[in-house]
Amino acid sequence: MSMRRFNPTLTLPLVRGRPGWGVLYAMLLFSSSLHAQLAIKGETVYTMVGTPITDGVVLIKGSKIDRVDRASAVTIPAGYKVMNAKVVTPGLIDARSVVGLSGMYNYAHDQGQLEKSDPMQPELRAIDAYNPREQLVEWLRNLGVTTLHTGHAPGALASGTTIVVKTVGNTVNEALIDSTGMVAFTLGESVSNNFKSPGTRSKAVAMMRTDFLKAKEYLNNRKNKDQEKRPATDLKMEMLARVLTGEVKALITAHQATEIMAALRLQKEFGFTMVLDGAAEAYLVLDEIKKSGVPVILHPTMMRHYGDARNISFETAAKLKQAGILFAIQGGYEGYVPKTRVVLYEAAVAAANGLSFNDALAAITLNPARILGLDKRIGSLEAGKDADVVLFDGDPFEYTSHVCGVVVNGNVVRETCK
Amino acid sequence: MIIIRLFLLTTTLWCLSGTAISQDKIHAFAGATVYPIEGETIQNGVVLFQNGKILAVGAMGSVTIPSDAVRIDLPGKIIMPGIVDTHSHIGGGSGGDASSALNPDVRILDAINIRDDTFKKALAGGITTVNVMPGSGHLMSGQTAYLKLRPANRIEDMLFCSDPLNDICGGMKMANGTNSMRDKPFPGTRAKSAAMVRQLYVKAQDYRSKIAAAKGDPEKMPKRDLEMEALVQVLEGKRIVQHHTHRSDDILTVLRLAKEFGFRVVLHHVSEGALVAKEIAEAKAPCSIIVIDSPGGKLEAVNLAYETGAILEKAGVDVAFHTDDGITDSRLFLRSAAFAVRAGMTKPKALEGLTLAGARMLDLDKRVGSLAPGKDADFAILSGDPLSVYTHVEQTWVEGQKVWDRANPEDRKYAVGGFQVFRESSSGDMCDGGAE
Repeated sequence: MSMRRFNPTLTLPLVRGRPGWGVLYAMLLFSSSLHAQLAIKGETVYTMVGTPITDGVVLIKGSKIDRVDRASAVTIPAGYKVMNAKVVTPGLIDARSVVGLSGMYNYAHDQGQLEKSDPMQPELRAIDAYNPREQLVEWLRNLGVTTLHTGHAPGALASGTTIVVKTVGNTVNEALIDSTGMVAFTLGESVSNNFKSPGTRSKAVAMMRTDFLKAKEYLNNRKNKDQEKRPATDLKMEMLARVLTGEVKALITAHQATEIMAALRLQKEFGFTMVLDGAAEAYLVLDEIKKSGVPVILHPTMMRHYGDARNISFETAAKLKQAGILFAIQGGYEGYVPKTRVVLYEAAVAAANGLSFNDALAAITLNPARILGLDKRIGSLEAGKDADVVLFDGDPFEYTSHVCGVVVNGNVVRETCK
Repeated sequence: MIIIRLFLLTTTLWCLSGTAISQDKIHAFAGATVYPIEGETIQNGVVLFQNGKILAVGAMGSVTIPSDAVRIDLPGKIIMPGIVDTHSHIGGGSGGDASSALNPDVRILDAINIRDDTFKKALAGGITTVNVMPGSGHLMSGQTAYLKLRPANRIEDMLFCSDPLNDICGGMKMANGTNSMRDKPFPGTRAKSAAMVRQLYVKAQDYRSKIAAAKGDPEKMPKRDLEMEALVQVLEGKRIVQHHTHRSDDILTVLRLAKEFGFRVVLHHVSEGALVAKEIAEAKAPCSIIVIDSPGGKLEAVNLAYETGAILEKAGVDVAFHTDDGITDSRLFLRSAAFAVRAGMTKPKALEGLTLAGARMLDLDKRVGSLAPGKDADFAILSGDPLSVYTHVEQTWVEGQKVWDRANPEDRKYAVGGFQVFRESSSGDMCDGGAE
């Protein structure tokens, strides 16, 4: 959620106190600095801040970007590895995924994205379920995705938390940027399909309100001066309380306009920080979304039109842009084939349907970084930011262009074209 | 008598105009870049057509536009043949039910809803010819239907064949691998799957022998059997087996059975085709492949790769694409060819894979799939390069008639979606494991 939580002692309770962590951390830094004296030259460099640079260069030192400028203004230091590309962009960010919890094989034990024992389980942590070796992580990385906001799927009133990870690392701890990104809530038919109750829209909202009121009371009682009167720690209440205090954002999946409005009502009633997810019918309530100030993580452009999302349109991204709403485009969740979508392709179809090239690229770089509260670290090519860079041999959105290089945290993780 | 004759004449004219508006006049597309598929790309091209058929295709100047022709100028546009989708589930139909794993008698044409709005999705994607398949949850889920996406009021208006009782109106859908493995009466293993198919074909061979032995004597003919009649058409090479198959060993099983019984087969999906490209080429089995954004979703598709088309092309295999709609979206079918090119397939072969190669796999290449004199006047008119993401299908023409036009808001809505545009969900076959 924010930079401050990247402090390992806060984000990584499992690791805290483990001997050798400091050594390991130092080794990681050391090893990346070994590889990361990089100069990436691009005929066009899309920094995402200001106009694109023609004949630009990105200098990388260690895991961070050192300088971004016109090539003519930069002398590449001796010993730097030089990479060339037609087009250079920041590492792509998938704003909403389940990859790593949901695996490619699609049999029961690689599908950990949705627990169906209870419709309200915000306490389920994505860090306990993310598999960094999942082959789909590599698949996405090879197509330029360097950061994933992944975690529990839509389909329960509260299915659990999300995390933000880089698409590298052997363990979740190595991959992690944000250990508790958001809590994933859903309003819609899919919840009623998965659970006996809620069976209706109004029941779903009533259940959410009841639990948030309980969490409010829990928060107050936990502050009781008399220790005896404080309630015992309840993980579910703890997590909802963190949403209520604004420490953790509420990611509410809502596709139909009715559900979008219900979600905005909940946000207003409880004052939590909300991100609207899915939002297939956002085009019907643009003014209301704009007025609420809630950003949108839009469904994959090519998502199938069925269920809650039966009324999706290729043009919603363009309409959100026109309305001045901050939005990102997601890879989303797929129950069948393809097992994950690729944000590069989803943004491409939005770009072919009314969204400008720059806005489509922003929807998978700087905008998701902003929505995730990580724009000081990722999402653009600027000095001091993480050295996450993608190299293309043409227009990134063209089907026939290739991703020809991927750099994550200053490490070259792919140098061939895909 | 004269009155009757006049009446007949009027009726005939009325019937003609029902299927073809003002087709008496020659129409000319002029000034576009023409991809005839057979032959080189033509800059500043001319396509002449009349009465639903193509008259001439060539460069401006080499083809003369008659002075009384209806001239349609299309500068900056691309004209390609109407696209052929070799495997789709549009139309809301389904084939065999849970009572049997083998349903050669079941015809999807009896179950297609011609008003299903998924047909509009196909038109919005420039698709004019479709092989509508029953699902793949059976070893043999039924007879497929080869459809032309004409404006229609009944399924007969869309069929390529003229008489469903006597003509071949589609292929025979078969599947192997995990989709068709279920509880009894379905097979539980791969070997059992093959055994059940072989047993049925042995029975059909026997039925065919009895027909041959009867030498046309009605007394000696075997009792009519809808299952056997359809399978005899398969054995005689008149009805092509359209076979769902993913894993390399399953692909080889299909080729083994096709050799044993001598049926013609098109391999569909072919996710691991790259592993057995040589064997597929040797068997001269054409492949209709699917292009998916990422692998997995089912065990058999974990090795799915963008490179399949390129590898099969290099091995000398005839390659077409399919949407498997709703697995991929008919509106975005062009991107399947584009991804194949991204992974090394040649552009001409990839475009052929959207058109003529598919037509060959449906035995329809004399009618559709390329722009050549005498062929059906089916066109997709594009705003730009067929392989570019920014290209839109602007118009779709079937047999000389414009059947979809992006400039018309009522048509355009199907290209982009929106509130209550689609009544039917795209999920149908996908959810019951029928498709892909």
